[in-house]
Amino acid sequence: MRHLRRTVLAGLLAIGTLTSAAACSSSGSTSATGGSAGSAKGGTYTFWDPYPQFDASSDWGKRVASCGTAAGVTVKRTGMDTSDLGNKALLAAQQGNTPDVMLVDNPVVSTLVQAGILNKTSDLGLDTSTIQQNIIGAGTLDGAAYGVPIGANTLALYYNKNVLKAAGVDAAGIKDWASLTAALQKVKAAGKKGITFSAIGTEEGSFQFLPWFWGAGGDLTKLDDAKGAAALSLWKDWVSQGLAPHDVLQNTQTTSWQEFATGDYAFGENGTWQLGNAAKAGFPYGVINIPGQNGGSAPAPTGGEFVTVPVQKDSGRYTVTKKIVDCLISPTNLLATDTTLSYIAPVTTVQQQQVQQNSALAPWVSAVAAARGRTSNGLGTKYPVISQQLWTAVQSALSGGKSPQDALTAAQQAAANHQG
Amino acid sequence: MTLARADRSQRPPAASRATASDAAEGVRRAQRRRHRWTAWAFLLPIVAYLAAFYLYPLYRNLDLSLRHYTVRSFVDGDAPYSGWDNFRQVLHDPTFWPALRNTMVFTLVSIAVQYTAGLGLAVFFNRHFRLSGLLRALFLIPWLLPLIVSSSTWSWMLNSESGVVNYALHLVGVAPVDWLTSPHWALVSVIIANIWIGIPFNLVILHSGLQNIPADLHEAAALDGAGPWQQFRRITFPLLRPVSAITLLLGLVYTLKVFDLIWIMTKGGPTDSSTTLATWSYRLGFGSLLPQFGPGAAVGNILILIALVFGLLYIRVQKRQEA
Repeated sequence: MRHLRRTVLAGLLAIGTLTSAAACSSSGSTSATGGSAGSAKGGTYTFWDPYPQFDASSDWGKRVASCGTAAGVTVKRTGMDTSDLGNKALLAAQQGNTPDVMLVDNPVVSTLVQAGILNKTSDLGLDTSTIQQNIIGAGTLDGAAYGVPIGANTLALYYNKNVLKAAGVDAAGIKDWASLTAALQKVKAAGKKGITFSAIGTEEGSFQFLPWFWGAGGDLTKLDDAKGAAALSLWKDWVSQGLAPHDVLQNTQTTSWQEFATGDYAFGENGTWQLGNAAKAGFPYGVINIPGQNGGSAPAPTGGEFVTVPVQKDSGRYTVTKKIVDCLISPTNLLATDTTLSYIAPVTTVQQQQVQQNSALAPWVSAVAAARGRTSNGLGTKYPVISQQLWTAVQSALSGGKSPQDALTAAQQAAANHQG
Repeated sequence: MTLARADRSQRPPAASRATASDAAEGVRRAQRRRHRWTAWAFLLPIVAYLAAFYLYPLYRNLDLSLRHYTVRSFVDGDAPYSGWDNFRQVLHDPTFWPALRNTMVFTLVSIAVQYTAGLGLAVFFNRHFRLSGLLRALFLIPWLLPLIVSSSTWSWMLNSESGVVNYALHLVGVAPVDWLTSPHWALVSVIIANIWIGIPFNLVILHSGLQNIPADLHEAAALDGAGPWQQFRRITFPLLRPVSAITLLLGLVYTLKVFDLIWIMTKGGPTDSSTTLATWSYRLGFGSLLPQFGPGAAVGNILILIALVFGLLYIRVQKRQEA
């Protein structure tokens, strides 16, 4: 028995070494076959997006299919989870079979550009002149755009009119942090709950914190200055005074919405995409822009996806690809697309049409106009590193592990170390 | 006996015996060679399987951890060899020691409690009372549920605002505990959930081990005047030792790599308070928009190394038991 085991082990090791050696030598040829498979697709163009909730019979699915038909080809659409899409794209690029068109979350664009797998929009001849500068900024590196936003969303404060009325708070009077905190205290005194948001240890947590960080004048390259600490102290004080629940540390934007939808909370920080659910919540709601520390609207981060065109070995495919993309982003189609996705259009003229159709979108249009790309202003792939440290700092301050200033000092230190 | 004697009397004479046995030896050798080839043919599928699904990924992981990958070099496949840099970076990371400590606490506490509870329940169910089969089946539920379901359920139950656990505490007059969001409680919470999930596994294996212990041993001991506790200590427990060893080892390897439960319940947070090597490895590789494949693979390899050490330890213990 023991002898047999040893023989098997030896055999395994020998064969294992052989196969791995073979795998090494053949890895070059697999990528080549991947490429030729790409060109053998013929009349089929592949399309990835992060909307798995839409199937082929949905408005979005039909729109993608019709844009393919208009370009004279079949579009094979695959919807996948948004956090999955970036890694899938990197793997596909490694194997040389990236899709022809790919919709990615805007902060991922700079990572994919860093990987060298996206085409510049100018090289493809796509017209981006009508797109709002602050929205396309998230996909712009060194002055060149690498994608076209399909739509934009951002954050604002939803409020429950019933709760505010019962507490005697006028939403129009909330102009800065002091008046917002005062309103939360009144709500708490009236026996209701103040505000809910998402401070989870993922990108969502940073996304939700940024309006407050920027609203205090914070700078992502200097996490540890007094302005950033002021924003983190605001959140920390809300949690420790019971104006915000302790489980914000665990909340995703979805669970935070569910808390707000219970009707117990006065305010919920959430995005454009919840408008459909807000109508179903069963209480009258309103929306105000997130206030800056000393008044005015705080810049919120832009959300939403970019249409990108990954590099293909067979550059002959770009002609058709361009037709498909043009079809998706043409102003006439944008209106329908962004209504489907519950997004604000990235083009001013279309935004006006949206507000005409639905006046509830007006505060969102102004929020999008004031919004800022997370990877804008030359941050690019530095942003993911900074963001990870930022959400870690938020978590450690809100859980009571560190003071806001100490947490941000540690975050700045760690971000600087990572970037060498 | 008579048959054997008859056999012996029919033996061929000495001279012809040598050549006959030579020929027989040749036939036997050819037969053995054929046997060996057949044996290899039978082994081939499993060997190919192991090579494709274990050795190659292992080799790739080692390769990832020894190169400096950026997103660009990941795509182009030309990442420069960087020796132990990734390991050095990981070892000097402020997360390393807390993650290692959490991994150890998580694993050892989980296993100790799971094993004790599983053994207690196994002895209990070994007494075959009415409905014991049904009750034992009910105890298997945690094992049958998909991990994502049980972790999400635990996460809801332990929610500090609306969780049922805090509600129960409130009923008996205890202040609410921030189970998942306080750095002091997060690790405790994931350990509790993990113990609950691990008990059925221990119960099943130990129960089947108990059934292999002959009942007459217990009867004899009872006749000699041994009480239930003495019977357990001097008969059940020693005879269960081989089964216990395999249960503990499997539990150890399984618990070391627990990832989904922690990730769903706390994401390793708040800050690093419930981060283990497994969740840290995932976070490095996939947790941010900019993946760090090299250090992520390095942490994964450290984890494999730890599991390997315990595996070798087990083999040693087993050998000593056999001897």
